[in-house]
Amino acid sequence: MQMYDLPDARGHFGPYGGVFVAETLSQALDELRLAYERCGKDPAFMAEFHYELKHYVGRPSPIYHARRWSGLLGGAQIFLKREDLNHTGAHKINNTMGQALLARHMGKKRIIAETGAGMHGVASATVAARFGMSCVVYMGSEDIKRQTVNVYRMKLLGAEVVPVESGSKTLKDALNEAMRDWVSNVEDTFYIIGTVAGPHPYPMMVRDFQSVIGEECKLQMPELTGRQPDAVIACVGGGSNAMGIFYPYIGEEKVRLIGVEAAGEGLATGRHAASLCAGKPGVLHGNRTYLLQDANGQIVETHSISAGLDYPGVGPEHAWLKDQHRAEYVAVTDSEALKAFNDLCRYEGIIPALESAHAVAYAAKIAPTLPKDTNLLVNLSGRGDKDMQTVAEKTGLKL
Amino acid sequence: MSRIAGRFAALKAAGRKALIPYVTAGDPLPASTVPILHALVEAGADILEIGVPFSDPMADGPAIQRSSERALKNGIGLADVLKFVVEFRKQDPETPIVLMGYANPIEAMGVQVFVAAAKAAGIDGVIVVDYPPQECVPFAALCRKNGIDSIFLLAPTSTEARIREVARAGSGYLYYVSLKGVTGVKSADVADIAMHLPHIRAASSLPVGVGFGIKDAESARAISKIADAVIIGSRIVQEIESAGAAHAVARVKALLAPIRKALDA
Repeated sequence: MQMYDLPDARGHFGPYGGVFVAETLSQALDELRLAYERCGKDPAFMAEFHYELKHYVGRPSPIYHARRWSGLLGGAQIFLKREDLNHTGAHKINNTMGQALLARHMGKKRIIAETGAGMHGVASATVAARFGMSCVVYMGSEDIKRQTVNVYRMKLLGAEVVPVESGSKTLKDALNEAMRDWVSNVEDTFYIIGTVAGPHPYPMMVRDFQSVIGEECKLQMPELTGRQPDAVIACVGGGSNAMGIFYPYIGEEKVRLIGVEAAGEGLATGRHAASLCAGKPGVLHGNRTYLLQDANGQIVETHSISAGLDYPGVGPEHAWLKDQHRAEYVAVTDSEALKAFNDLCRYEGIIPALESAHAVAYAAKIAPTLPKDTNLLVNLSGRGDKDMQTVAEKTGLKL
Repeated sequence: MSRIAGRFAALKAAGRKALIPYVTAGDPLPASTVPILHALVEAGADILEIGVPFSDPMADGPAIQRSSERALKNGIGLADVLKFVVEFRKQDPETPIVLMGYANPIEAMGVQVFVAAAKAAGIDGVIVVDYPPQECVPFAALCRKNGIDSIFLLAPTSTEARIREVARAGSGYLYYVSLKGVTGVKSADVADIAMHLPHIRAASSLPVGVGFGIKDAESARAISKIADAVIIGSRIVQEIESAGAAHAVARVKALLAPIRKALDA
């Protein structure tokens, strides 16, 4: 695992990834790949990206030692990478900033995006406003009901939010609809995919833009603790925050990489969104990866308390890391995530996104079993302001 | 010679163009599919495209999305579609049949199992929308070995290099997607198609079918002047949707017959 130069030229991570799309998009994806190859190597482009990350997004994000809570748990030390402190409240903006700059370089004036919880939609609407581009966000009508505040935020930022009524009316269907828009408007439109899935070059490109998270950690952890962490823990829906923090650590073989999926009401109930833990390989949304599907190869409806993890696929690089045993993938239930959400609020004064609460929950689960000098680095990928309604409902409160 | 190649050769000899209707299997009811297929042949279809329902039909517009959702509600999967074809073949051993769908149901069944079953059922060709040539080399080879044509899509955005790649990999016919978009939403632009077809003709001697956005006898006739086959999907699927199970057979026949007439006029 020391040499790591994936994906290959056609976007494959071993048997995963690739370009499984209808012909109309092949040319657009080639154009995108070439533009990204050019810009990714261009020091001026990268300088522009890092300038925006510093002055607009607010990077670097700090790492915080959750000392009090670690003490209460009585074992390993928990460190939080504070992506929740970024502008717009999550890691998503690292990627939308990169892709918006690329769109500008390609001369595209119209941005489209899909969104589940709404964080990627907000981050896309934000950069579109920042650069004066028009923005259309596709969002499942079920998710629109669950995330009213984010819908309003996108509208405030000038985006058009299009409800998607097909299929299960959630993130996967929003992605289908965004692809259909792109096929129909391929000349002037740039599709900002929010996660490390989709056809090549998206999984690679989104990973690269997000890997600023892990790059910072590799500098910050030695400053803070004198060494790299023993384990890096991140939640996995599509897997962008996890890939972002894992990627720079892949070559550091002593660092355990742990991805935490949504077990929903429990893996045994079938009501979950744990593609890596409970799915099998197939083809969806332009790439081959682990999918939650029935015996006929139909994609099944997923469930998670967090809309951002409610996705039946996962980025192809995670599929590869799983098969190579370089990363471990586990799952945490709705109620475990909810408990971690409350604990982090009460013991550290930090309200995490429900997505990130899954990673926090797993850290809290294993911390008591580990020695006190073990350091767990958790990606706190987003803040929980958007989840007030969901959490209040779950605990029987009316806002 | 494959059944598809044979059919195109016979049509060419007779100076006629192929009419290729598409229906989604299992819509509106599982029992409707085989009678609808026979009705399409009676109304003048030369080749049949049968859609395999999929939960995430990314390249399809609302009409085919809804037909796919209805078929899935009826519990129809790839194995059922193969059974429909076996049933159809009892009465009609002649008309070429092409399965059209997405990769995942085929991968879930297993590529080898699928190809063997498709051959046994009497299927002549497959169109897998999200299997571009470079991603399905072993699958296409397996199909070829079993006498099943791999039919690939070309689009207005396809480059010359891409056209050559698809021409090399494909057999049976080439499916030219007449517009930038999903199935059934916009209308085909004949002048635009006429501009693109010579590039395809230069790269391949395979027959070229044109689909996406052909809605009536008039547009079908205009396209038949420049293409070898006219493919009609969403319009038929819409007719089935509005007719319902009781009237679907009569209505698709009534829809297709005048189109056949226009092509032969």
